[in-house]
Parts: sequence; structure tokens; C-alpha cells
Amino acid sequence: MTTLLLIEQVLNGLQSGIMLFLMAAGLTLIFGVMGLINLAHGSLYMIGAFAAAAVAGATGSFVLALGASLIAAAAAGAIIEIGVIRRLYERDHLDQVLATFALILILSEGTRWAFGSFPLYLDVPAALAGPVTLPGGIQYPAYRLLIIGVGLVIAVGLFLLIARTRIGIQIRAGESDREMIAALGVDISKLYTLIFALGAALAGLAGALVGAIQSVQVGMGEPVLILAFVVIVIGGIGSIKGALVGALLVGLTDTLGGVLLPLALSGVMDASAATSVGSALASMSIYILMALVLIFRPTGLYGTA
Amino acid sequence: MTFKQLLAATCVAALGAGAQADGVKVGMITTLSGGGAGLGIDVRDGFLLAVKGNDDIELVIEDDQRKPDIAVQLADKMIQSEKVDVMTGIIWSNLAMAVVPAATAQGKFYLSPNAGPSALAGKGCHQNYFNVSWQNDAFSEAAGTALSGEAGKVFLMAPNYPAGQDIMAGFKRTFQGEIAAEVYTKLGQTDYAAEIAQMRASDADQIYFFLPGGMGISFMKQYAGSGVDKPVSGPAFSFDQGILGAIGDAAVGAKNTAHWSKDLDVPGNADFVEAFQAEYGRLPSIYAAQGFDTGLLLASAAAKADVDDADAFRAALKEADFQSVRGKFSFGANNHPVQDIYMREVIKEGDLVTNRIVGTAATDHSDPYAADCKL
Repeated sequence: MTTLLLIEQVLNGLQSGIMLFLMAAGLTLIFGVMGLINLAHGSLYMIGAFAAAAVAGATGSFVLALGASLIAAAAAGAIIEIGVIRRLYERDHLDQVLATFALILILSEGTRWAFGSFPLYLDVPAALAGPVTLPGGIQYPAYRLLIIGVGLVIAVGLFLLIARTRIGIQIRAGESDREMIAALGVDISKLYTLIFALGAALAGLAGALVGAIQSVQVGMGEPVLILAFVVIVIGGIGSIKGALVGALLVGLTDTLGGVLLPLALSGVMDASAATSVGSALASMSIYILMALVLIFRPTGLYGTA
Repeated sequence: MTFKQLLAATCVAALGAGAQADGVKVGMITTLSGGGAGLGIDVRDGFLLAVKGNDDIELVIEDDQRKPDIAVQLADKMIQSEKVDVMTGIIWSNLAMAVVPAATAQGKFYLSPNAGPSALAGKGCHQNYFNVSWQNDAFSEAAGTALSGEAGKVFLMAPNYPAGQDIMAGFKRTFQGEIAAEVYTKLGQTDYAAEIAQMRASDADQIYFFLPGGMGISFMKQYAGSGVDKPVSGPAFSFDQGILGAIGDAAVGAKNTAHWSKDLDVPGNADFVEAFQAEYGRLPSIYAAQGFDTGLLLASAAAKADVDDADAFRAALKEADFQSVRGKFSFGANNHPVQDIYMREVIKEGDLVTNRIVGTAATDHSDPYAADCKL
């Protein structure tokens, strides 16, 4: 394997990690602040992608499509929080899992009812369609670079929001003691709706960004949801920093594992066996990573007990 | 009324009901919700179009949600309480393996409108199991033959699960040439950046891949954006009408092998395409064509023989006396199709992305497992 190929694969790992971060950030915020396990987070990702595909189809503008994904997912998130989730905070996790699982089924079938069973068309804007040449002669798709850039901007924005703003103070206070901040006069239910909508909007944006290079179809959110849960377990539940580090770790492990393991094994066994054993091991690699992190740090990398 | 009289009356009523039912009762189990529902819906719609207005055929349709356990429950229900004579509809090989052997062992007929696992073509073949679509390896065997010689080195890619390995094995069985690399991805993988980078770095001249449904959409879009310009081809599952719209221009130029195409010039095909479009407002896919042929086959057998006379009905099915939209169609010794397989190319007709036939990849193709079948 050449150095160029390795660098390209590292970029791929970073890009998939950044996408996971957008999903995991919302999930970890919602769990950290409200103590709620939201299985329907993947459906919000799907709503973002469908909204973007519909708007891009109608107007042809990718920027409008991204805006639509943010608005649609945030609105869906707010409606879900007010209509369903609000009744679940006092219940135990099993009730939350059941109710949000029901939401997955309702949202999936609702989307199918509205858009049909066939995948929708959403493509990258023409200006970003091709590859660009990076220093060193690496050809890399321009759109994937944009994804990395957008993800990093959002990560910085989230840190500033949480560390520097009044809302951020309320969020952090809500995480540690929700009765106390309610007693101090903060409208806790409005705060919860806001956080839920923010998490939903991030998931929707991820769905729209990824939808342009993957397929926009019913059920697209669930595989990503599982990875996002792995990310927040590794990073430590409730920690945005943990979500970022965890997402990058998972993205890099997943991508590089798939490339390097078959290559490494081909030294000790014949080619076809190395390919199949290597790809089997690569599929397990992120779960092995999660198990290792949990053995040495049971609360995750940045979690607090 | 005494108990005995009641019993007698019930028996008479039951006999009467039995005597009236001289049509064929068909149980269709297919995937109508969840991921992959597009395939089941196309099979169902094609079948319904073929048997439209046919009073001999009574149809019960159920959704398996692509889950083997649900398919088995539905099959039990159809056999035990609905008392169907013929079953059909299953899309996925793993579901077919869960349902078909049990159904045929109980004396039911099964017509497969999709999915042809090798186990049911070889040792596990059954006189009541008729495959109207293909054996899983068929498209890639034809592609292997067609690409031999001209293609140079080939890069192979498929998901790491039985059908993925079967299809690559089919390609390697007939391909005369060098394989540059063979990569197996996770089933359901959505990002192919790592594999595309490997393709760029390898010395392959061609890419041959099998990625059904959403996986194929993701790969083709990412491949088009990557700047790698090696020609791609694959079995038709990654380039079918149901998903071409979602891939868009990125698919144009890709070659794929199939037993049917909407521009195939055989009697009845143009009428089928037109009728399907008029009925459902979309173009038919290969799955719709398979569903349509399954319906025609069933109707042809039902017109010739009474389903209660299993031997006569089986013989009528085996004759395959219907005008397939694929043209030539007959059953081999193991009740799997003997048919031509074509090379198609993805093209753009106005705004519509679709396929056209560019040549024949294999003539009278049958599967290699028939030798193991003792029928």
C-alpha cells in the first residue's frame, strides 16, 4: 500500500467520523440532558434526507435543500418532543425505548406513504461533483472535503454554544441538576424542546449531506443509529467532546480496518481466505474497540460516573 | 337438532364448499414494507397484471417484512388455515430457504418469482418447486462469459453474505482472465470511499460488482464523484428500473446482465410494458417482468389441469406453455429456467434513465447445479 492511498483512506475515515459526529452529538445531548434514550433519532436523519431530496427536486438548489433538511428535522423533532417524548421523562428506559421504537415504525411507514417505496434522487451540486487534486497528488472528491469542513464548523459551533452562551449554561446546568434550574426560574420544558429540536436538526443535516452520496430511502437511518450509539458509548454518554473523539475513532477504525486487515492477513494466509476473514474481522472491529474502551474506562472516554 | 345431525350437516356443508372450489388458490408472501419493499411491490404488481380478470385464480397476499420468521408464520397460516394450493412471491434467498422446503414437503406447489438459492437447484430440488426467475449465479455466469477476453483485469466487489459469494463464484466460474482483486464489503454498507480508493490504486481495467438495492445506489453515486473512470458492470440488480431514478446520470454507460429489458423485441413484451405503465404509472423492472411471467405460467397451468390432480398440474407447469416477456423460456431438468441472458447498457432517454439491450451474453443458459438434482 502506498502512502498516498493510506492518506486517502485516513481522509475517508475522518469524513465518515464527522458524519457520525453530527448524529451522535444530538443523541448524546438528548441523553445527557434529558436522560432519554431516543431510538427515533435515525428517523430524524431520514426526514432530513427526504426533505432535502424533495426540495432539491422542486427547486434544483442544494443550499435550499440543506436549509429544508434543517427546518424539517427541527420541526419534526419539536413536534415529537411536545407530542410524545415529554410524557416519557419520568418513565424508565424500557418505556422510552418502546415508545421511540414505535416512532421509528410510524415515521418509516409515514414516509413510505408520502414518498413511495422507491429510493429518491438527490445528487451533489454540479460545482462539487468531481474530484479535486490535493497537495501530493491525491485525488479526492470535492464534496467529501465539504462534508469534513461543514462537520468541523458545526463541532466548533457546538463547543462555543455550550461553553460560551447562556443557553449553554442552562444546558450544562440541566445536565447536573434539573430540579434546581427549574427552581431558579428556567423554563425547563422549553429548554428540553429546544435541545431536542437542535439534536434533530443536526441529524437532519447529516441525513441531507450523506443522502447526496448515498441512497435516500426508507429505513436509511437505522444502521447509522447503531453506529451513533457505539460512538456515544465510547465517548462517554452526555459529552460532546466524547462524541467528537468517539466518532472520529469509530470512523477511522471502520475505514482503516476494512482496508488494512485483509492486507495484513494476506501475509499469513492465501488471498481469498484473507479477504473473507479480513472483512469479517473488519465488521467486528468497532465493537471490539467499544469493548476495549469499556474494559478500561467503563464510563467511556470522557464520561462521568 | 341433535349433535349427530349437526355434525352431518356440517360435513355436507364442508363437502359442498370443497366441490365448489375448482379454481386455484394462491398464497403470495412477499416484501411490501421495510427496506427492499420496491422489489416485492413490483413482483406483486406484475403478477396481478398477468392474472387480472382471471376467475380461476384466487389470491391471498401477505407482507413478510423481509423477515424469515414472519415468512414462516405466514406460510404456516396459508397452508393450514387458508388451504392454498400454490405459493409464490418470496424475494430473498434466505426467506425462500426458510419457507420453500417445508411448503413443497406438504404437497404445495411453489413458483419462485425471484431468488434462486443454489441449494434448491441442486441436491434440494423438488418436483413441486418451479423457479420462474433465475438461479442466483445466472447473471454473473453470463457476465463472466461476456467479459472474457476483452476486459483485461477485473476488480470484484460484493457484500459478504451467501448471495454475494454465490454471484462472485458464478462470475469466476466462467470468466477467462485475470482477477485484479476481490473485495467483500459489509452487508448494508453505505459508504464505499475506502473501496473506491482501492479501485483507483489497483491495476484493474474493469470493475465488476454486485450490490443490490440502496448499496448499489450509494456506490454508483460515490464512484461517479471519485474521478475513477474504469468501466463498471454487474448483474442487473444494481441497475434496475426501480433504482436507476435514484442514481441518475451517474449510472449512464454501466453494463449489466439480465434476462429481460423493456426494449426486448419479443412478442408481448411491448404490450406488457405499456399495460404496466398504464396500470401503475411507472416503468416495469425485471422484478415486475418476473412477477408477470409467474402469473402467466400459473394461469396457463390452471387452464390446462385441475390443481387437485397434482401430477397433471405439475406436468402443465413443466410445459411452461405461455408467452414469456423474455421470449424463449423453458424449464430444465431441475425446474429452473433455460433462457437467454442479455447484456444491457444504462442510457438516457430524454430525462429518463433506463436500460437498452446491446447484445446477448448467454444463449439457452441453464444452471450448473442441475447435475446434482435427482428428479
